Amino acid sequence: MNRRRVVITGIEVIAPGGVGRHNFWDLLSEGRTATRGITFFDPSPFRSRVAAEADFDPYAHGLSPQEVRRLDRAAQFAVVASRGAVADSGIDLGAVDPYRVGVTVGSAVGATMGLDQEYRVVSDGGRLEAVDHTYAVPHLYDFMVPSSFASEVAWAVGAEGPSTVVSTGCTSGIDSVGYAVELVREGSADVVIAGSSDAPISPITMACFDAIKATTPRHDDPECASRPFDATRNGFVLGEGAAFFVLEELESAQKRGAHIYAEIAGYATRSNAYHMTGLRPDGVEMAEAINLALAEARLNPEAIDYINAHGSGTKQNDRHETAAFKRSLGDHAYQTPVSSIKSMVGHSLGAIGSIEIAASALAMEYDVVPPTANLQTPDPECDLDYVPVVARDQLIDAVLTVGSGFGGFQSAMVLASPERSLV
Amino acid sequence: MTTSVVVTGLGVAAPNGLGTQDYWSATLGGKHGIGRVTRFDPTNYPARLAGEVPGFVPEEHLPSRLLPQTDRVTRLALVATDWALKDAGADPKDLPEFDMGVITASAAGGFEFGQGELQNLWSRGSQYVSAYQSFAWFYAVNSGQISIRNGMKGPAGVVVSEGAGGLDAVAQARRQIRKGTSLIVTGAVDASICPWGWVAQLATGKLSTRDEPTRAYLPFDREAHGYVPGEGGAILITEDAEAARTRGARVYGEIAGYGATIDPRPGIDREPGLRRAIQVALADAGVDTVDVDVVFADGAGDPAGDRVEAEAISDVFGDRGVPVTVPKTMTGRLYSGGAPLDLAAAFLSMRDGVIPPTVHIEPCTDYPLDLVLAEPRQAEVRTALVLARGSGGFNSAMVVRTTA
Amino acid sequence: MATKAFTLDDLKRTLREAAGVAEGVDLDGDILDTEFEVIGYESLALLEAGSLIEREYGISLDEEAVGDANTPRAFIDVVNTQLAPAQAA
Repeated sequence: MNRRRVVITGIEVIAPGGVGRHNFWDLLSEGRTATRGITFFDPSPFRSRVAAEADFDPYAHGLSPQEVRRLDRAAQFAVVASRGAVADSGIDLGAVDPYRVGVTVGSAVGATMGLDQEYRVVSDGGRLEAVDHTYAVPHLYDFMVPSSFASEVAWAVGAEGPSTVVSTGCTSGIDSVGYAVELVREGSADVVIAGSSDAPISPITMACFDAIKATTPRHDDPECASRPFDATRNGFVLGEGAAFFVLEELESAQKRGAHIYAEIAGYATRSNAYHMTGLRPDGVEMAEAINLALAEARLNPEAIDYINAHGSGTKQNDRHETAAFKRSLGDHAYQTPVSSIKSMVGHSLGAIGSIEIAASALAMEYDVVPPTANLQTPDPECDLDYVPVVARDQLIDAVLTVGSGFGGFQSAMVLASPERSLV
Repeated sequence: MTTSVVVTGLGVAAPNGLGTQDYWSATLGGKHGIGRVTRFDPTNYPARLAGEVPGFVPEEHLPSRLLPQTDRVTRLALVATDWALKDAGADPKDLPEFDMGVITASAAGGFEFGQGELQNLWSRGSQYVSAYQSFAWFYAVNSGQISIRNGMKGPAGVVVSEGAGGLDAVAQARRQIRKGTSLIVTGAVDASICPWGWVAQLATGKLSTRDEPTRAYLPFDREAHGYVPGEGGAILITEDAEAARTRGARVYGEIAGYGATIDPRPGIDREPGLRRAIQVALADAGVDTVDVDVVFADGAGDPAGDRVEAEAISDVFGDRGVPVTVPKTMTGRLYSGGAPLDLAAAFLSMRDGVIPPTVHIEPCTDYPLDLVLAEPRQAEVRTALVLARGSGGFNSAMVVRTTA
Repeated sequence: MATKAFTLDDLKRTLREAAGVAEGVDLDGDILDTEFEVIGYESLALLEAGSLIEREYGISLDEEAVGDANTPRAFIDVVNTQLAPAQAA
């Protein structure tokens, strides 16, 4: 089999508590949490009042006043993170045929923050059902249709190849990168700037998760609000952020002497065809995605050194994916460290999958397993090694990262050292 | 040898016809579906025309259980999927669940549903926001609901590239079939004819503000001055050609080639990407320009967009080198639903040996295009090229051809 | 003001509005002790129904009790538990 292999040569992350990949990795490896009481708006009418907010100053990252006005916060994240990834990779995109450079941007809820704010204006605080177009901002359509994110990233980096937004709910961040990998493998592009971004911390998002009681109602201790796999968990904590990557074909990356973080060796996504928000406890479909990703990576389950879990901190999810790991990896599931960085950076919907890919690649880079913060009281139904509280030094050559999202989507990706032995 | 991917079923919801047959007979008859907006009172807005899907009564097609949790766009997509599967003679109950996937495009998700919940939030308070707001408005909703209704556990996907997204979804479906899935439901339906969606679309400054339905959306006409938005689209059943043959399916044709680009940043002195997308698609299909029997143009309907497209087509095919048509003139622009509808029209053109017309326009003589005007043109159609462009610079091109 | 209890008819009306009726289910049959799952309502439908009730009656339902109520009878009891003090007040 002589297929093109795809590697990560550049990473940039904007995460709560960690703007920039170094700050992000410091947060994870030190096991600190970035969840706090919401400051973006008055959260007091809401059931859930905590979130993981990023302290992000767009001007400090080089965006112009017009860009700041034009771009929704999620698009700002995307532009800054994609530029950062290109800089990290050291690639000279000016020397690459722009038609051979693609862009994929994952986002679950697009410009929801901008839409929420602008609706409030054109409806005059909800008073007008026939909203008033004379109060609309000129870029409102770019908020409505989030493909604008892909345009902005392409224009920021000078890409003119295949470009799109991938919007599969909370698996968008994995699926966007998976889509990009396929573009490089099939030869439609040689380089893809891929990643995802979401900035959902707005009243409408808080309200809809309140309505389905998916977010935690616990706000007495915001720093400990996100508690995946802990027996006392009671819902996820909303987050925001972005992660972007430079993906290149292996040989050309080697030829230019690029630093290679990891190969994206396997990827698959499947649907549970069951429920828009619910999960069956058996994890069958996620296990299927994992098996397919392993097969594509040509790895046995035993090769996986670390599982970066979806670990949202809802009871339903944590049990579902624990079952999926056992079903796909067998006994090896019990011997593999599993952790959820959502304990530290919250759940940024469509962005988190890419942020977790970044965490996985950095875990390989530094040979450190990030911990599951706040895991104090084990849940007997979640009986794997969830790396509580403290990071762990360990050689890591292959990582499995998974995501699960509304719509029933289940995605799995395997990152591995390109020098691994193939089965 | 790469797997051949074929289309075996079509499900259409278009402003000039609900269902494939109504759409196609209207389209060949030059009957348009553009009129004054009825879904809300457009009087106070500068644009007042839209292509609305006529006569769609969701209760006649869907269980009541699905209605409170779905936007109009999802109802249309679910019903179009039912029709497409029936047309393909494929009963999901008879196929292995992991062997069927769903990959659609969306431009604006369930925008009208979102409008209602934003209004509940800001006029009455957060406790009035529906539990269904957690998914009914988002871009992935159609793929999720289609997979659930039909028990399809294979590859899932949703792409958003505005008007180009419909082709990107079909291309992604082809990729996944080539990776081993037998059947994928693909295409796109969009619908956001509601005040909130209207105001957002008006912000582009590209909506036609005329009130005469036959003079409002005039791609390639000297009087081109914007477009009429519409709702609807088409769902396609794509299959591994071998699997389709094994089950004895009727085949409309093959997804033979695809190419996509994005335009350079505005203000940069580089050529727009459409020509390149066409060339990539032709090369991918392994066809020469002389093999292409018709081009379904994107038809932006504004002078700048029309010029770019006319130049790309004539650069590749020569002046008046290929018949070009824009049946969108009868429906308005359907965002991500438009290109899958053109794919459906292309397959029906192959079946019936006829190219549907471009109505209402008098072509501007600056554009060296052989436009099929007013009346359908009888022609053997074996290979067609469908073009789709999206706001923000997206260009996608797809080559389809007969397998007979 | 006389105490008016939340009845099966009230629940059926709310469920129809919140979530419709599954194919093949007769809500007017003997469903009082039939599990919600059997008559086609999952947690999401019950959450939406619960919200409608909270808004209509101006009460706040106990989340855990709603989550545990797996039949119409149990659900009606949860509502009435909150409704009685609200109306007495």
